[in-house]
Amino acid sequence: MTALPTLIDADVHPVVPGPATLLPYMNEHWAEYWTHGGLPITTFYNVYPPKVPTTGPPTTVESVVNTVLRDQNTLAVLNCYWAVEQPRHPDFSAALAAAVNNWVAAEWLDREPRFRASIAVPRDVDLAVAEIERLGQHPGFVQVLLPVRAERPYGHRSFFPVLEAAVRHKLPVALHAGGLPGIPSTANGWPVYYIEEYVGMATVFQSQVASLVASGVFERLPELRIVLSEGGFGWLPPLMWRLTKEWKGLRREIPWVKRLPWEYIRDHMRATLAPIDVPYSSLDRLLEQIGSDKFLLYASDFPHLHHDDADDSRPTSIQLLETVGGELATRIAATNARELYDF
Amino acid sequence: MTVEPLPTVAARRRRPKTPIIDSDVHSLLPSAADISPYISERYREVHDVYGLRRPSPIGYFATVLRTVAARADSHPPGGGPPGSDLDFMREQLLDQWDMERAVLNPIYQLYFGEELGQLALELTRGLNNWTIEEWLEREERFSAAICVPYEEPDLAVEEVHRLGSDDRFVHVLFNVPTHVPLGNRKYWPIFEAAVEHDLPIAVHVGGVAGNCVSGTGWPSSYYEFHSGFAQAFQDELINLVFSGVFQRFPNLKFVFAEGGFGWLPPLMWRMDRAWWRLRAEVSHVDRLPSDYVREHFWFTTQPIEEPERPEDFNALIEEIGSPDRLLFSSDYPHWDFDAPDLALPPGIDPEWRRGIMAGNARALYGLPEPEVELGPRR
Repeated sequence: MTALPTLIDADVHPVVPGPATLLPYMNEHWAEYWTHGGLPITTFYNVYPPKVPTTGPPTTVESVVNTVLRDQNTLAVLNCYWAVEQPRHPDFSAALAAAVNNWVAAEWLDREPRFRASIAVPRDVDLAVAEIERLGQHPGFVQVLLPVRAERPYGHRSFFPVLEAAVRHKLPVALHAGGLPGIPSTANGWPVYYIEEYVGMATVFQSQVASLVASGVFERLPELRIVLSEGGFGWLPPLMWRLTKEWKGLRREIPWVKRLPWEYIRDHMRATLAPIDVPYSSLDRLLEQIGSDKFLLYASDFPHLHHDDADDSRPTSIQLLETVGGELATRIAATNARELYDF
Repeated sequence: MTVEPLPTVAARRRRPKTPIIDSDVHSLLPSAADISPYISERYREVHDVYGLRRPSPIGYFATVLRTVAARADSHPPGGGPPGSDLDFMREQLLDQWDMERAVLNPIYQLYFGEELGQLALELTRGLNNWTIEEWLEREERFSAAICVPYEEPDLAVEEVHRLGSDDRFVHVLFNVPTHVPLGNRKYWPIFEAAVEHDLPIAVHVGGVAGNCVSGTGWPSSYYEFHSGFAQAFQDELINLVFSGVFQRFPNLKFVFAEGGFGWLPPLMWRMDRAWWRLRAEVSHVDRLPSDYVREHFWFTTQPIEEPERPEDFNALIEEIGSPDRLLFSSDYPHWDFDAPDLALPPGIDPEWRRGIMAGNARALYGLPEPEVELGPRR
């Protein structure tokens, strides 16, 4: 590539064909352990039911190149955490994360220079730090990837070493839709339908944003950047209002939070576009309320298909760029991601 | 020479020109032990010998200086905790703001309502009898919630039927979070009984129900816990809309109390978009999810939404789709009390203001129009 990228797709998903694919990329001990268990694929679930319209077809390097990389000046950030958050065994979880990352490096990054990728990390904090240390200087890995659903909110102090490791390697941390931590996805227990989980993912994002703001981690790590990935962004302004309002009354409980919470959100967080959960009619006001032209990152979320042709009231990612137009569209399309990832 | 006392702070502020109904006010038993005379002998023995335990701890508190999360000035001069003294509440709330009516949501429902077994019914029934004797019989401007052991639906139904025809009770009270999402069939008998008596279900910020208070584990601060109720309410609403409960009970109404409402437009957008794509799974939901929201849900105003740009408040109401779904509430006597004259931002449409401050509650709860037309005040 000679020119600066003109389009950066910040959320594209390689799909691991199956456990056997990962074995050659896994530590021998744990590969054997897994094989002797019969590669229990039913142990690990994908949060995307296989036939749901939003899931889309499995991806290959070719399908991503042909669909996502529109020209030589397009880059794509690959997000693949497969099921690394699910095994309870800390070392096996780490071996699985390393296998996923090794597979992404060998089968994707090495085959297409326009790909970048995120580092999947295991649930154990020390082992997650070790995986970030292992890959942090690899030029293809540009971000740390965490499933938004977790056993503990990421602002919990026990998790700071992971955030510190990311900052040490100048890597943003993406919280991505999904994750199966084994606790209900709502305060009220388990939802019934997939559509509830799909819609309700936004409330998990909200709890994570609140946790990170309340933790004071942005004062501690001024360079920390959080990417809210595949969670929508319509819910952000009312959350910003709520967190700021409550801070005024309760701030002595969290004295390390020095600035208005919405300022931290604006300065330290970004959101990927897809799926766009905002109608055309409210788009302008919403962008004004978010209040930062650096906030949004273009993303297709390929191969997931969130849009239904029967509903034309909400734009797709490309339609949003066309609707917004001008300098802001350029920022969303590429400049924001370029500045964030230092491309 | 006598010196007139200085007017109170509130009296010096602009007096409201519109009638006021406060849809979320908290009465409090002076202490949990005071429920003893209101429960049967069999369970009084349990209560008096063992005492009450709380099934689940919260682990957060507002701040030490604000006992029971109350306003510093709400402690009754005669003693007892904030919200426990009718005369003082009458003076500090009803008279000070010249309120037409206030709806009592007794605080002990937080503890009693999530109890299990027969004791739960004894406690909530006792709480209702206390409310009748100590509040409703002494002040006509109070209405009240029917407290029920909602995690024991068959017992809750008994209590709804016992009091459902008493006009002084205006809704049936749940707390969020619940053990399982609110649309669960477990709760349908309570909804059926409420609909039979034309009573909305009020869902108020509350306890912890034994679940994590977020969908991603326990937060570390009251700040997250308190602001996070908005997430729990959103998840309840999502579940209710897709559960099929509104197909089963077309007249079922919900009042979401103290959970905010700024999140409502984005949630409706999100549900609608998901419905277009995933509606095969919920084919019983045969209209846009936002249609159900606009038909079946009301929201109390405290804690009022405070957009960064105040003018966005009007846009928020427009996006909700109707100003008649908001019910003014102060949350007296709690620390984040919203004063009637300051809760709504200036510049709001006067008709909207009249509706939110009183008219919407009158319509929802079937409350009488005030007998005397309240003219403009000084």
